[in-house]
Amino acid sequence: MNSTTLKWAGLLTAASVFAAGAAIAEPDNNTLVIDGQQLVTDVEAPKGSPLSRVYSGWRFRSPETQAFEMDDFENPAFPAVEQGEALWNTVEGEAGKSCATCHEDASETMKGVRASMPKWNEKLGKPHTLETQINACRTDNMKAEAWKWEAPNMLAMTAYVGLQSRGMPVSVKTDGPMQSWTDKGKELYYTRVGQLDMSCANCHEDNYGKMIRADHLSQGQINGFPTYRLKWGGLGSIHRRFSGCMKNIRATPYKRGSDEFIALELYLASRGAGLSVETPAVRN
Amino acid sequence: MRTILKLGLAGACLAGVAVATAHAGDVAPMDVKFTDDGVQASLTGAAGDATKGRAVFSNRKLGNCLACHVNAEQKEHSFHGEVGPPLDGVADRYSEAELRAIVIDSKKALTEETLMPGFYSLKLGARVHKNFADKTILTAEQVEDVVAYLATLKE
Ligand code: HEC
Ligand code: HEC
Repeated sequence: MNSTTLKWAGLLTAASVFAAGAAIAEPDNNTLVIDGQQLVTDVEAPKGSPLSRVYSGWRFRSPETQAFEMDDFENPAFPAVEQGEALWNTVEGEAGKSCATCHEDASETMKGVRASMPKWNEKLGKPHTLETQINACRTDNMKAEAWKWEAPNMLAMTAYVGLQSRGMPVSVKTDGPMQSWTDKGKELYYTRVGQLDMSCANCHEDNYGKMIRADHLSQGQINGFPTYRLKWGGLGSIHRRFSGCMKNIRATPYKRGSDEFIALELYLASRGAGLSVETPAVRN
Repeated sequence: MRTILKLGLAGACLAGVAVATAHAGDVAPMDVKFTDDGVQASLTGAAGDATKGRAVFSNRKLGNCLACHVNAEQKEHSFHGEVGPPLDGVADRYSEAELRAIVIDSKKALTEETLMPGFYSLKLGARVHKNFADKTILTAEQVEDVVAYLATLKE
């Protein structure tokens, strides 16, 4: 069909130029300040990135949605954060311990944790996500039951622990034993899936800033997770978001906690290097 | 807080509206004949219905063309996407056979890299959800209806 493609290419280019001239909404210029602290929502892309700048999803949301995140009293995720704090201090399991027994003051010991996850774990022989690390502490150290990936307690705890890194730059290790996981994540990011035959890159790399029907496409960054989505009416994990995007393109999502989603999470974290952790972010 | 991209699954649950049923006389997806001038023959052997095609165009569970394209002729819908080129006057730029080819398989008709789905193609992505396995997005009849509608978009 080469000749067909060629013949139409001229028309297509003309049309595309016209489209490019039409109103393309870039990320806005708003500044994210929470509790007097200014967060980085816009930064030069890391070396080797296909992007020139990376932007937080916050910059693509409406002013109303943005406002929710700018004030912890308005942020609907905060009741869950408080629940997470209570759980931090709750003794559970046969070892008679709480998180605080080992880690004491979360505001000191958990600082930077969210920013550096997923992180290689030698004993496991694979990367730990925040969720799997929390569960490893529960089962190995507390002799308590693991939580399900999307359980309210897990979301509350990942929000509480994540908040301790708020404002810190996302910075994950991608080399050494993490290299093959990063590569796998990258491959998944560019693989077209589903009946609609699209990849993550089709929407979040090639078309961020544009409207897809009523949605303003962002770069699909993960620096705000777990995120409170108004549509969900609650917090959701990174893997829940991946799953939703895959279902929208009529693909069978990978399972939450699967190696595939862990690899994708790692790769996305590396694409968003330098953005501030916003946990718990608010999105529509 | 209304949103949301509904290219989504929901369609599958609604009494199978989105499920393509092939009719005996229809040209099967793998048998569609592409020429340099597009796809000449109607997939059903009959002319499409532009009024029905107009509805398929905006229906989020069917064409959902508005997700990606501005179309001034459908002003009653408030959200038009910007991912693809505006379709105003598209019939001045393409013949009916060319429009048919674009809707059937934009990758064959336009560029291999385009993110526009092929609406009557079985060259799908990996891990197609089981509700949509081996199914085209639109039926032959819906393709013809959309093509008839596109042919009315003149400036
Ligand atoms: C058909 C378009 C489309 C595709 C393909 C797609 N997404 Fe999305 N995604 C969206 C839309 C729309 C949103 C909500 C608005 C936004 O933040 O872009 C979104 C949001 C997200 C978010 C939340 C961003 C934030 O700031 O909270 C993440 C993360 C994400 N997508 C990741 C992915 C990944 C990973 C893939 C591939 C498996 C993918 N997306 C494929 C359309 C898409
Ligand atoms: C997910 C996005 C998406 C959807 C959904 C979509 N398109 Fe497209 N369409 C595009 C893009 C992008 C292009 C431009 C080709 C390119 O450069 O990739 C295009 C090009 C076209 C063109 C050629 C326009 C020109 O001026 O060159 C026509 C006609 C068209 N689409 C019709 C449709 C119809 C009809 C539907 C629904 C049945 C539809 N599209 C659904 C993204 C989409």
